[in-house]
Order: sequence, then structure tokens, then C-alpha cells
Amino acid sequence: MDDFVHVLTDNWDIIGPHFWETIKLFLIAAVGSVVLGTLLAAMRVSPVPALRGFGSSYVLLLRNTPLTLVFALQVFALPKLGVTFDFTTGACVALTAYTSAFVCEALRSGINTVPVGQAEAARALGMTFTQVLTNVVLPQAFRTVVPPLVSVLNAMLKNTTVAAGFSVAEAGAITFYLSERGENQIYGLLWITIGFLILVVPLVTLQRMLERRWKVAR
Amino acid sequence: MTNVLYDLPGPKARLRYRIIGILSAVGIVALLAYVGWRFYDTGQFEPLRWEQFQYKQIQQDLLDGYLTTLSAAGTAAVFAVLLGALLATGRLSDHLVFRAPTTGFVELFRAIPLLILIFFAYYGPIQLGYKVGPFWPLVIGLTLYNGAVLSEIFRAGIIAVARGQSEAAYALGMRKSQVMISILLPQAVRAMLPAIVSQLVVLLKDTALGFIIQLPELLYYGKQIGGRLPFGFPYVPSYLVVAVIYIGTCGLLSWFAFWLQRRLMGGPKQVKTTAKAVKLADVGQSV
Repeated sequence: MDDFVHVLTDNWDIIGPHFWETIKLFLIAAVGSVVLGTLLAAMRVSPVPALRGFGSSYVLLLRNTPLTLVFALQVFALPKLGVTFDFTTGACVALTAYTSAFVCEALRSGINTVPVGQAEAARALGMTFTQVLTNVVLPQAFRTVVPPLVSVLNAMLKNTTVAAGFSVAEAGAITFYLSERGENQIYGLLWITIGFLILVVPLVTLQRMLERRWKVAR
Repeated sequence: MTNVLYDLPGPKARLRYRIIGILSAVGIVALLAYVGWRFYDTGQFEPLRWEQFQYKQIQQDLLDGYLTTLSAAGTAAVFAVLLGALLATGRLSDHLVFRAPTTGFVELFRAIPLLILIFFAYYGPIQLGYKVGPFWPLVIGLTLYNGAVLSEIFRAGIIAVARGQSEAAYALGMRKSQVMISILLPQAVRAMLPAIVSQLVVLLKDTALGFIIQLPELLYYGKQIGGRLPFGFPYVPSYLVVAVIYIGTCGLLSWFAFWLQRRLMGGPKQVKTTAKAVKLADVGQSV
């Protein structure tokens, strides 16, 4: 037990900053993927075929590509095309590109759950497009969208570990550093697990809470 | 097209849509042209960079990698489905002795990042002095994570089977295990099949994590092929080929899931489940 605690205290100079890096990656990629995902969702529900086609091809391609491959493309292939990022920025780009496809799907299915009759009734009352959107459709869509959106972001938090395979100094990479220092690997991995549980539990709790509160009876 | 957001367009709106459509089409073409120009400018279309793919050995390597990916995915899929069914039954048990540990197990393994699970299975035995290859750690990690996720899908499916089904079965004098095995599970699996197949696509995609623990799967060979100096480091062609293989395989499976959903939803012998549960499993699709 003493050894176990020492793995944490002796290596705090590695574990602390690495987890901070994970949190940073998560926050930046979360904002990025929500913004890009919203744009894509707007394209996919728009009445313009060209935009719809672009949005759905993006989602189709990215959803069927492993995240590890997205990372590999960004780390090895993009520099060959003359586009280079530093490790952290690159990881944010890869995570954002991948996650936004899932965010887009969550948003789109949320909008589709709003019955057409709602919008039709609003239009029949003479509301304008903006009024229909802000007063009728979005408030209803928001409730169905947020819980799955939180679960997508939750998955993205766990996905940040993939960056460890590509020289990003985040929580997953702690393993490599500890093995260099000859520390007990199992203890190290247990601490990483505990760290992730601490990060994940608030998100899961939030998701459950929202699901319960916003269950729409239809 | 009737849509929640947009009314059927009148003549003015149609014109507006057409203008926006042309503008955005031009924008998309410009974007693609820029990407194509970057490819051309950096010499990605040079024959030298693509020459390797004509070699028998390279094709054999790619095939080997693909087969390793498929066999890891196949093995993990079988174990994960079995584990998922077991965990779901445990979670639905009437006895706290079974319910509590399985609930804890599922919640825990869903919360741990998959890569960390794989690291546990890979570095753990090494720490204890056993030598393991990368294949089984990957399979074990995939099984534990996807087993936990699949158990939630199964559970949602079983809960969604109409109450009358199990009540009728009990009324006929069936035992609990009989009700579960011959009444609830078959209907749940049928209702949840699309969700299960979607999860298996996720599993297939996640085999690419084997790359990080040096399993010679598709991505590993992609890097090898791309890293050859005599061919001008053809990373772009090699990863594009790998991406096409992944997207083709996963796309086919996703399409199969979609087809199943269509078929099962529209079939005459539609299972009486609440639509809510099917939605729930859709939402549970992991990233």
C-alpha cells in the first residue's frame, strides 16, 4: 500500500502536468467540436442540397475512420502536405475533426425529434422563421440534444488518451514516463484510472441529472 | 421535403435556395481544388510515391494487417457479446448479490478509457514477469469495454419488451430463467440488433488502438509503408489506402445495421417494444 501511494507522490511532477494537459485538450476540443458540429448539423438540416451533401459526406467519412487513424493522418500525412502543427494543437485538431461528426449527429437527431406539427402550428400562427426557431423548435430540441451531447463529450474525454500514442504529454502517456523511471506499472495505471474516474464522474452525473430532469413526455 | 425548420419554399425562397446552393457548391469545389492543389504541389501524385502498391509483398503486408485487424475484432466481438449478455442478466437479477457487483463492473469499465484498459492488459503481465504479445491485451481491453457497453444495450432491450410478454410467460408457469432465455432475450436481441451491430462497428474501429502497443495490424503496416525513404516517404498515399479500407469495412457494417433497422422496423412481425428503448440504444452509441 505504501508503494502504491509513493508512485503518486514521487511522480507528481509527471502525473499532475499530464492530467492538466488532458483537461486542456478536453476543453479546447470540446469547444471546437461543438462549434464545428453545430455548423455541420446546420448544413445537414439546411434546404440547400450542396451543403447537405457536404455535411453528410463529412459525417460518413469521419464516423467510419478510427480516431487513431485520424491522429496518424494528422501527425504523419499532413506535414507531407505542408501543414504542420505542434503536438498539442495537432491533437486538438484531430479530436475536434473526429468528435464534431458525432456532435453533428447528436444535434441532428435532436432536431428531428421535434414533431413537424409544432413548427407548422407556429407558422400557422404567423411566426417568422427566427421566431419559429427560437421560440418553438430550439427550446424543445435543446432538451433532447443535451444528454446525448454530454455523452459524446464524455467519450471524447476518454478519447484524449489516444494522443498518448502520438507524443502528446497527456494522462495516457504517464505510463511511458513511469516505465522509464522503473516504477510499478500496475500502480501507475491504477492512479491514471483513478484520475479519469475523478474527471468522468461529474460528467456522467450531469448527464444523468439532465436526462431525468428533461425527460420530455411525448 | 417537409422539415421542422423550413416550410415548403415558394418562388422567392426557391430562387434564394438556388443562389445559396450555387455559392456553396462553388465554395466546396474551391475547397476540394485547394486540397488537390496541395497534393499536386507537394508531389503526392508522383508515380514513385504510389509504386509500392504494385508490389506483391506490399499487398501481402496490407492483407496480413487487415486480417489481423479483422481477427482481433472478430475475437473481441464474440467475447464482448457473451460478456454483455452475462452482465445484462446479472444487472436484471432479483438478487442483490448478483445485481450489485455487475452494476459496479459495468459502470467502472464504461468509465475507464479503452486505451488504459489495453495498457493494463499489456503492461500488467509484463510487470508481473510474464511475456505477452500485443494481440490478447487488445482483445481483452476491447472485450471488457464493449462487453460493458453491450450489456447496457441488452438491458435496455430486455426492459423494453412489453410487460405482457413476461407476464403471459409467468402465467403459463415458466421459470424465471425460461422467461429470460425463451421469451425476453430473443425479442430484446431482435429489437436491439441494429444497436448491437453499430457497437460492433465501434469495436472494429477501436482495434486501431493496437497500433499504439505495436500490434502489426492495418495501421501499423500503413506506417511502415509510408516510412520508406526510397519512395519519398509516401505517408499520404499509404494512409489514404488504409483509410479507404477502414471506411469501406466500417461503412459496409454501418449500412448493414441501417438495413437491419429498416427491415426490423418495417417487418410485419414487429416486436412490440416502446420506441423509447430503441432510441435509448441509439443515443448510447459510443464515439
